[in-house]
Amino acid sequence: MTAPALVVRRADKRFGAVHALKDVSLEAHRGEVLALLGDNGAGKSTLVKCISGVYALDEGEILLEGAATGFRSPAAARRAGIETVYQDLALFDNLTPAQNFYCGHEIAFPAWLPRGLRLLKSRAMDRKAASVLARLKVKLPKLDAPVALMSGGQRQAIAVARATVFARKVVILDEPTAALGLRESRKVLDLIGQLRTEGAAVILITHNMEHVVELADRAIVLRQGRKVGELKPDRAIQQQLVSMIVGAEA
Amino acid sequence: MPKGDRASGGSAVSLALRLLSVGPLLILIMLVAAISQLTPYFLKPINISNILAQTAVIAIVAIGQHLVILTRGIDLSVGSNLALATVIGGLVFRIDNSALPVALAMLASATFVGAVNGVVYVYGRLPHPFIVTLATLSICRGLALELAIGHTTMRGMPEWIETVGGSETFGVPNSFFVVLAVALAALLMARAMVWGRWIYAVGGNPEAALEMGIPVKGVLISTYVISGFCAGIGGIVLAGRTGASSPLYGNLLELDTIAAVIIGGASFLGGRGHIGHALIGAVMIGVIRNALNLLDVDVFFQMIAIGLVIVVAVEADVLRSRLEAKARALQAASVQ
Repeated sequence: MTAPALVVRRADKRFGAVHALKDVSLEAHRGEVLALLGDNGAGKSTLVKCISGVYALDEGEILLEGAATGFRSPAAARRAGIETVYQDLALFDNLTPAQNFYCGHEIAFPAWLPRGLRLLKSRAMDRKAASVLARLKVKLPKLDAPVALMSGGQRQAIAVARATVFARKVVILDEPTAALGLRESRKVLDLIGQLRTEGAAVILITHNMEHVVELADRAIVLRQGRKVGELKPDRAIQQQLVSMIVGAEA
Repeated sequence: MPKGDRASGGSAVSLALRLLSVGPLLILIMLVAAISQLTPYFLKPINISNILAQTAVIAIVAIGQHLVILTRGIDLSVGSNLALATVIGGLVFRIDNSALPVALAMLASATFVGAVNGVVYVYGRLPHPFIVTLATLSICRGLALELAIGHTTMRGMPEWIETVGGSETFGVPNSFFVVLAVALAALLMARAMVWGRWIYAVGGNPEAALEMGIPVKGVLISTYVISGFCAGIGGIVLAGRTGASSPLYGNLLELDTIAAVIIGGASFLGGRGHIGHALIGAVMIGVIRNALNLLDVDVFFQMIAIGLVIVVAVEADVLRSRLEAKARALQAASVQ
């Protein structure tokens, strides 16, 4: 197997008296979906926020393609190639999909001007966004309408697709199907599969065991801040996974 | 729901949304048509030129206000900011009666007040710009009255400024060309420049804008600076038209400009609107005032009429966001 895209080694994080992460290690590989499981309060969000630069670890280290990271902000993590899609999606309802894709990373000219004063290359951004969406097989009714007019699943797809434009290394998805109906969930799962095919390291947080079994190559279970298991999910051990999550394994 | 119904429901919603987006312009056209039937004088060139001249100050200041409203803010200080600028211009005129220093003094004063608004709002971590601009509304008016030492008008403006504010070229008021220039500059900034895109982004989702690395504080401050600058240009135009400055100028201009932006179709919810909205709204206010004057309607009724138009405009804004939610639901239902 190739070197992992992301390594978390002996991560430890406290918030005052609360010991949120205790000695957690994991590896995420390119072309692989890693499921991160655990009940509420198990430490999933804390771990993800440490990886994406929101929190700093108290102890332990995070390596991105073998190099130690010490991100001080989500923007720094994003620049290094780690994109996180949180449940709020962070979309701009008033902008079109293409405008959303490049918001904060606009394609503009001339380069000698300060960034804010440059002129937008709207057509180039529209074209590139359309090709990314086509590559990921995301179908939208209209590319020039504001995302306010799009469904939950379409918005989720836009947020995930945006993440792939800039994160060629690690994409973290926080419960991407939580707010979606059956058919729209299907579309988003297909999209996650597509990301894997393209060689991203995908970390998927979800509560849906069906999705884990179907999509994840490996699953890591956290409970009370500790890693309590790592296994290859399949239908036969679905029950075992659930037991691990709630802490009642036989 | 059968597929046909769904499709027609969707097109009805999108038709309604499209109607809402051109609604203000349609209403303006209908208004003009109706008024020209009531009073033939309305469409005479001299009256149109009159409306343009009277609307110019509202339009210029509304363009700045519009940028502030795009970021979910409000600038209540524009009227007294304008008054203070003219008074300072008037004081400079007493020392040096050439146009450049007077105009620069007005612009500098107004832009400085705008910068104070922005900086205090952002770095003072105020919950809403309402408070700080309300404070500068009061401070500027007081300062203007203080500096004018009891005069309600200070006569005299450089000739060039009087030409800009009060004269005509080919029967079109020069102030109209000022509106055009300000609108074009604002349009270029808002639509073609990265900074303009950031203004829309901050208005659409401030938290996400921060996450995407947009300099949110700078963007917010800049809109108040531009709004102040526009108040300064409005001050030059008004002082030029009247050939005087006054600490009483721009009374209730904040309400006129906010009304113009909202009547024109921009949203209080942030991130939606364009320069055209501010201009259409300003012209609509000018047309309503002018028509009611021509029709000899009581001046108090003008205030009532404009108030009613504002209520309609805000309701249209609410209706639009509800229709958008409906469009979303229809989208989700149509995924196969």
